[in-house]
This record gives sequence, C-alpha cells and structure tokens, in this order.
Amino acid sequence: MSEPLLKIKDLIVEFPTRRALLRAVDKVSFEIAKGEVLGVVGESGAGKSLTGAAIIGLLEPPGRIAGGEIYFDGQRIDNLADEQMRHLRGKRIAMIFQDPLTSLNPLYRVGEQLIETIQTHLPMNKKQARKRAIELLDEVGIPAPETRIDGYPHQFSGGMRQRVVIALVLAGEPDLIIADEPTTALDVSIQAQIISVLKRLCSERGTAIMLITHDMGVIAEIADRMAVMYSGQIVEIGKTYDLIKNPKHPYTKGLMGSIPSMSGEVKRLVQIPGSMPRLNDIPSGCSFHPRCSKVFEPCYSKRSPQIKVGQSDVACWLYSEEDKK
Amino acid sequence: MLAFMIRRIIQSIIVMFVVALISFLLFRFVGDPVNQMVGIETTPEQREALRDKLGLNDPVIMQFFGFIKGAAQFDFGVSYQFKRPVAQMIAERAPATLELSLMSAIFALLVGIPMGVYTGLKRNSILSKFFLTVSLVGISLPTFLIGILLIYIFAVQLQVLPSFGRGEVVDIGFWSTGLLTVSGLKALILPSITLGLFQMTLIMRLVRAEMLEVMRTDYIKFARARGLSRTAINFGHALKNTLVPVITITGLQLGSVIAFAIITETVFSWPGMGLLFLHSVQNVDIPIMAAYLMLIGFLFVMINLIVDLLYVAVDPRIRVSGVSQ
Ligand SMILES: Nc1ncnc2c1ncn2[C@@H]1O[C@H](COP(=O)(O)OP(=O)(O)O)[C@@H](O)[C@H]1O
Ligand SMILES: [Mg+2]
Repeated sequence: MSEPLLKIKDLIVEFPTRRALLRAVDKVSFEIAKGEVLGVVGESGAGKSLTGAAIIGLLEPPGRIAGGEIYFDGQRIDNLADEQMRHLRGKRIAMIFQDPLTSLNPLYRVGEQLIETIQTHLPMNKKQARKRAIELLDEVGIPAPETRIDGYPHQFSGGMRQRVVIALVLAGEPDLIIADEPTTALDVSIQAQIISVLKRLCSERGTAIMLITHDMGVIAEIADRMAVMYSGQIVEIGKTYDLIKNPKHPYTKGLMGSIPSMSGEVKRLVQIPGSMPRLNDIPSGCSFHPRCSKVFEPCYSKRSPQIKVGQSDVACWLYSEEDKK
Repeated sequence: MLAFMIRRIIQSIIVMFVVALISFLLFRFVGDPVNQMVGIETTPEQREALRDKLGLNDPVIMQFFGFIKGAAQFDFGVSYQFKRPVAQMIAERAPATLELSLMSAIFALLVGIPMGVYTGLKRNSILSKFFLTVSLVGISLPTFLIGILLIYIFAVQLQVLPSFGRGEVVDIGFWSTGLLTVSGLKALILPSITLGLFQMTLIMRLVRAEMLEVMRTDYIKFARARGLSRTAINFGHALKNTLVPVITITGLQLGSVIAFAIITETVFSWPGMGLLFLHSVQNVDIPIMAAYLMLIGFLFVMINLIVDLLYVAVDPRIRVSGVSQ
C-alpha cells in the first residue's frame, strides 16, 4: 500500500450565515487505500454527509471548503474548477445518496439514464452502451434486465431502484464510491441484500468505498477500517475490529456500548447522556467534554490532537503521553 | 389510457353543450332579432312572417336543438348587419387571428423558456435581475398600452415596422396567410409581441420557479454526482421536469391568447375574428356574437384536451395512473 487513493488533510467545511460562521466539518483528516472500505459512523449532524459532498465537490452553497486539502490518486482536487471536477465525478469518484426513490429521474427510462451515464464516461456507441447497461442491471441482480431496462423508475420497488442506482454508480467504473446511508430509506429486510451487492461488485472491481451509515452491523460486516465522527471531527479512526472490540475514545466506547453484542451475551447498554452540540454552540476544548464521563483538566481548554494508540488514531487527552507521565 | 381519453372527451362534450346553451340564450333573449333585421317601416304582418321563417315561434327547446344542429354543421345563421352567412364571415377572418395567436405563442415559448431556464440557473446574475424586472413590466402593463408603445417606437419613431393591417397576404385555398410575404411577416411582429408578452413573462416566471424547485431534487444531485454534462442536466433532466406545468399553462394560455386577441387586433387594426366580434357587439349582431362564443369555447375545450394528452406523453407516471383509473 503505497500512495493512498484518497487523502484528506485538515478539511474544514463552513456555512457563512447572517449571524455567524458555522463550522460543520472541523479539520478532518483521513485516508482511504485502493479497494478499501472505510465505514463512517456518528450521530446525525456529525458532518458525515458534508464530508462526502466536499470530496466529490457537490457542497450546496453557501456551504464551502474553508480549509484543508483533498488529494485523489495523488492529485489535489479540492481546488479544481467545476468542469475539471465533473470529469472526475462518476468516472473516478461516485456517490450514492440516501433515498433511491428520489435519486432517479422519474421522466427517463432506467435504460436512458444508464446509457447516458455510460456514454458520458466511456467511448461507446448507443448500442454498445445499451448492451453494457443490460450487463450492469444483470450484475446488480435485476431480473429480466433486457425488458426491465425500458421501464421507468416508478415501476421499480425501492430495493430494485437502489440496485439501479448502484448500476448507475458503477457505470463509469469509478475507483471510489461514497455511499451516504445507502440503505437507510429501505425496508429492513432488503438492506442486507443491497449492502452485499455493493460489497461484492466493489471487491470484484477493487473499488474503494466510503460507507456512511448508522448501522454498526453493516460496518462490522464489510468495513476494513472505520471512522467515528462527532461534532464535525473524527474522534477515532482505525481497524474496524479494533474499534469494535477495543474502543479507545470515550465516545466510541459509548457508541459501541449502545449496540447489543452480536454473540448474544447480555451486556449493559451504555447510554451517553446529553446530545451533540449545535453548530452555533460548540463547547470549548474537546467538544465532547460536557458529555464525557472521563473529563479532566485539559479537555476544557484545548482539543486533543490525533494520538496513535495501538493501530488507531484517537483524539482524546486520556492517551496523551505527557499526562501519563 | 383509452378510458382516460374517453372520459376526457365526454367531459369536453358536456362543456360544449353548456357553451352552446349560453350562446343560444344570448341569441334568443338579448334583444329582438327581428327588430335588428328590419326597418321601421316594416309592417307587423311582415315581422310575424319573418318570425315564423326564423323559427322564433317554435317551442324554445326545439329552437335550442335547431341551434345545436346548425352549430354542428357550422351554420350560425346570417349576420343581421351584413346579411351574409356568419360561418363564412368567421372563416374569412379566422386565419388572421390564428396566425397572430400562433406567432405570439411561439414568441412566448421561444423567449420565455430560455429566459426562465437562465434566470432559474443563474439566480444572482445581473442579467437575471434585469429579466425579472422587465417581466414585471410585461405582467403589469395593459396590453393596449404595450401595443401603443411598440407602435410609437417602431412604427412612428424608427419607422421600421407597420402599425396596422396584415401586409400582403397569399391565398392558399380558403386560408389567407401572411407568413409567406416579407410585408406579411413584418406586419406580424409588433402584434405578436404585444399579444405574447404577457404569456412570455408568465412562462418565464413559471419555468424559473420550476427550475429552482427541480435543481434542488435528489435526482439532479445524483445526475451531477454521475458527472453528466451541465447541458445534459440543465436542458435534459431539469428542463424536462419543468415541462408538465409549462405545457398546461401554455395550452390554457393559447386559448386566452386567441380570446384576448380582440384587444391587440383593435390596436393594430388586425382584420381577425376579434375585430369582427368587436364590431358585432357595437352593432348588436347577435349571430356573430353567438358564433364567436361557440368557436372560442370550442377552441378552449380542444386545447384542454390536447394538453391533457400531451401530459401523458411527457410524464410516464400519469400514463400508468390513467390506465389504473
Ligand atoms: N445548508 C446548510 N446550512 C447550515 N447548516 C447546514 C447546512 N447543511 C448542513 N448543515 C449542518 O451541518 C451539520 C452536518 O450535516 P451533515 O453532514 O448532513 O450531517 P450527517 O452526519 O448527519 O450527515 C449539521 O449540523 C447540519 O445542521
Ligand atoms: Mg447525512
């Protein structure tokens, strides 16, 4: 593993509002290797979606990247012109949104949307693109793709539509897929199917995934590494196994404690009291300190840097060398 | 689909029946037709004979059926004033009005849609603000004032365009067209703009509002995430989704354009049906008024029907619900 596929350094996303400058993503740094699956978890409002949108260059104004650097395949992309960025979108970096029911244009046949996307990225004529579209639909598990290709989105069920969305995302053969809660809007019974389709097709192709989700089960199943976000920051990032079995940050501990253990043993559910601060009311120092049971001196005044603990990086003063001495 | 069409056609017939009733009542009860047709020196016997001949002594219901029967065969009787068949007079005047209405509708669409797209996409540009201000003028100024202003500028001051009449016309069968001669086309410019300005601003504002709405949808976000070109997104995915309301409004407005051509025709001495109608009102020429009413009613109904069918062509979702109902 030489050069990471995606490298983010100190990313800041801000919203200038009339009253104040809201900082929704605050100095986030992480890397994703080629073919790696990075799970991103955190309460809603933690800045997960905005981080994804910033990477693919689709932040909605007035939101903007106010600092930091994003490198993709060694090339800096956060300052690219929109037209250059467009050539990366779909072709190198793709994104799946939460709601498949609204992600497809209702007035175009599924095939038209696929063919258009394929032809945007690959040198194919209409006939070749159609053949490819049918193959893609087949790969994502849509039965009778030769006829379904001429259907309109409203003729597909929610799960089938998200399969179409996956086919569309794969059409440009990207190296990285940002999947923002791809199954949250779906029926629980089909969530696992969709995830396994995504996982299978990506590992066949060596496509990396940044998987944003609430579902720790999904993360445990397919993510190589995971990042925990809280209040616009990554509080802990490391191997999935390490974070689940041996969480370091008090917030990660609380998060892991609040899911029932898979093995069936009855563990006490640790609830973290309080809720995540609003953007206009971020506490000083470590923004988790008002909810933290381990809070001590340094937490009030200064945010901890990422500290290497085992193989994980943890932003918590508890692990600072100076304090241990 | 078939059931949907049949239902709409039956509705249309009912509407036409009501319009016929109103026209008939106008015909029958506004003024005394005989008084309108004869001089003061006509004897009571002669008047009574005329009454009989016109069928005015028959039971009202029979008269109504007679009226409908005539109307169905385009027989609206004879003009009191000109002593000529009304249908013939209207047929002579119809091409002028229809060409004017068509040109103004085309003007409204060709200018209104691009302006709406532009102002919807570039909300904050100076040009957008200029368009919106101009459109406000278009909406608030009365038609006759716009006509007079245009005449003043282009006919009186600049002397580049005629201020009245149709110019040279060419007869193709029963249809006299101004579209084939330079003077005929030049004569169409000012009246078309006058008549179409209101619709143009309406369409522009409608397209703008719809564009703003559509650009926020998930499927546009997803289309951008797939790296589709800006043209494909703006003029394909987005514009197509704004078309359903635009078709409705344009269709409905086409009816009013024809109906409100009266004012424009008056300002520009345009020899169309509107001008004929205005003269017939001044002279209480009831058969012409009744026939005009029927014709306008018929046009509205037909346009509505076509608009409904166009919807179905644009939006596949309606196609399905049409079947299921
Ligand atoms: N357009 C916006 N204006 C102001 N604040 C926003 C805007 N969009 C998102 N935010 C804020 O940014 C924060 C992070 O949002 P998001 O990345 O969507 O969170 P999540 O982790 O749930 O995906 C939230 O607190 C949200 O309120
Ligand atoms: Mg989100």
